Amino acid sequence: MNTLDHVVAAFGALRANPVRGFLTTLGVIIGVLSIILLVGLGDGVRTYLAEAFSGLGSSLIEVIPGKTERKGMGPPPLNNPRKITLEDARAIERRARTLDAVSPIVFGGGTLRYLDRRRDVAVFGTSAMYPDMRNLHVQSGRFFDDEDALAGRHVVVVGTTIVRELFGEENPLGRTVKITDVPFRIVGVMAPKGQTFGFDWDDIAYVPAQTAMDLFQLDGVTQVLCRSRDRRSTAAAMDDIREVLSARHNFQEDFTIRSQDDLLETVNDLLRTMTLVILAIASISLVVGGIGIMNIMLVSVKERTREIGIRRAVGATRTDILLQFLVEAVVISLVGGLVGLGLGAGIIAIARNVVPDLPVELSAWIVAVAMGFSALVGVLSGVLPARNAALVDPVEALRYE
Amino acid sequence: MSAPAPPPVIAMRGIRKEYGQADSRVVALAGVDLVVLRGEYVAIIGPSGSGKSTLMNIIGCLDRPSAGTYALDGEEASALPDHRLANVRNRKIGFIFQNFNLLSRANALENVELPLRYRGLSARERRRLALQSLDRVGLANRVTHRPNELSGGQRQRVAIARALVTQPALLLADEPTGALDRRTGREIITLFDELHAAGSTIVVVTHDPEVAAYTRRRVSLVDGAVVEDGPVPRAEAAG
Ligand SMILES: Nc1ncnc2c1ncn2[C@@H]1O[C@H](COP(=O)(O)OP(=O)(O)OP(=O)(O)O)[C@@H](O)[C@H]1O
Ligand SMILES: [Mg+2]
Repeated sequence: MNTLDHVVAAFGALRANPVRGFLTTLGVIIGVLSIILLVGLGDGVRTYLAEAFSGLGSSLIEVIPGKTERKGMGPPPLNNPRKITLEDARAIERRARTLDAVSPIVFGGGTLRYLDRRRDVAVFGTSAMYPDMRNLHVQSGRFFDDEDALAGRHVVVVGTTIVRELFGEENPLGRTVKITDVPFRIVGVMAPKGQTFGFDWDDIAYVPAQTAMDLFQLDGVTQVLCRSRDRRSTAAAMDDIREVLSARHNFQEDFTIRSQDDLLETVNDLLRTMTLVILAIASISLVVGGIGIMNIMLVSVKERTREIGIRRAVGATRTDILLQFLVEAVVISLVGGLVGLGLGAGIIAIARNVVPDLPVELSAWIVAVAMGFSALVGVLSGVLPARNAALVDPVEALRYE
Repeated sequence: MSAPAPPPVIAMRGIRKEYGQADSRVVALAGVDLVVLRGEYVAIIGPSGSGKSTLMNIIGCLDRPSAGTYALDGEEASALPDHRLANVRNRKIGFIFQNFNLLSRANALENVELPLRYRGLSARERRRLALQSLDRVGLANRVTHRPNELSGGQRQRVAIARALVTQPALLLADEPTGALDRRTGREIITLFDELHAAGSTIVVVTHDPEVAAYTRRRVSLVDGAVVEDGPVPRAEAAG
């Protein structure tokens, strides 16, 4: 008897009692379904993040004050490191040859007032290079330039959310707003960018870096954003920056340089670990499903004792009987796995139809893993019943009522 | 020179079968010598507990004797490992049981094909031989019926077709009419008679004097030993 015969026989046994077959596979169906959905969500989030990151400009490198040893996204260290100044940023721009753009950034928050209207917004102090580095565009008016910055002019460029909330239909260009009681003239409006990770890019007011530092009474920048000439030269660019900056900091590396790719890699590592944890948890339901199969198979072997006797009488060896029940367990488990997979794929398809932005996807590797697990569960749950079946004594079995 | 005589289908010497140890020891067979030649039609009779089923299980290679030698159709079979015994059963023995022992989920054709599956024949060859065998027992028009759609006599015919399909050296029947009414039982006896006439070697274990009367030789067991072995008287056979 070859394996195909056993597979055909196994489907026959399943068809003989479809309700029991369904109940037997339920555990595996649920196990595979939860693996598909949970891991699908994890994979989807990863894809979403990768896209979001590349939407923020590629080959970017950021320099922040303080040394963090770990490669993570943790908070900057608490001890008071030496600040990174605007002069540092300019030095990097002048001396680092592998870079094609450098922009200091000062993060702050403030209340923006226009007439009797007010709104709490994010204030970015930066330079004229910034929009290009972050793939941002000006919708109307202009971004401030180096001359505005040098002259210390109080000019501001605002996002569309701010315009909508403070000006409504009115044209904001040329109007004067107050940021924490200091007057600024609006010279430009940014084109809408939308949200990333819940942060609204259109709710930002951009001012020259030095102006922001004066406004918030800071003597250092929050970070320096650099862009290497291309993705391949990122590592060389980071070395350049380190050399320039440590020369200005008494040859101490009291700052941290990290590339956007590093950051994405860190997030991906984290998500991958989470996916594996989810997989492990979902596997528990597969194990429960396997125990269910084993249980039913043990009962089935008992019930089919006479069948075993008949098969042995007409020439089946112990191995034939063993394989018959083992294949049956694997077929039950695989059918359950396929049903779970089908349900999972269906739910994902419907979900993406209803909520197009939902970060969930069905990737090939998880399909392979789910089916592999199902087969493994089948084998493991079938071994004991199949062994019992093979050990049945044909004489006893033929007498069995 | 004439061709050498074919080996006996059954050649048993000093077959013993004991169950249990020491105090609780049961001697089911106490040294049975039995030779059955090709084409013979033999009944094994005896009171309940005399060892008929035990002897039949050993003849059918379902069980091994505790002592003694047994050659089936010229092949030594008393000390074979389990998988070899399965192979011998498949090739040399056709079993017919009192309660038919058909697979209830399978139809007549699939039941008859079953021994051929374990022989690895192609589906087409299996089907051809099984149909031929069903035709021989007069069930050519019932091949797709399941056992529960057949009468008792028809079920036993399916079982006989399954026993015949491998062209075994020996047909081995245990109370083949035990579960049938008188008239249907007689039909089965007639079928056995025809098979015997066509050259089959048949051994029947039975309580039924009518079944025994149709055989040509009668072996009587008492307490695990052969007490009588001889031809069935003609008058009885006719009767
Ligand atoms: N598995 C076993 N374990 C212990 N004793 C057994 C076993 N099988 C049979 N025996 C004993 O061996 C003896 C012969 O039994 P066997 O079944 O061969 O008799 P039988 O002639 O077929 O009887 P019946 O006509 O009632 O079927 C009996 O005493 C029985 O109790
Ligand atoms: Mg008996």
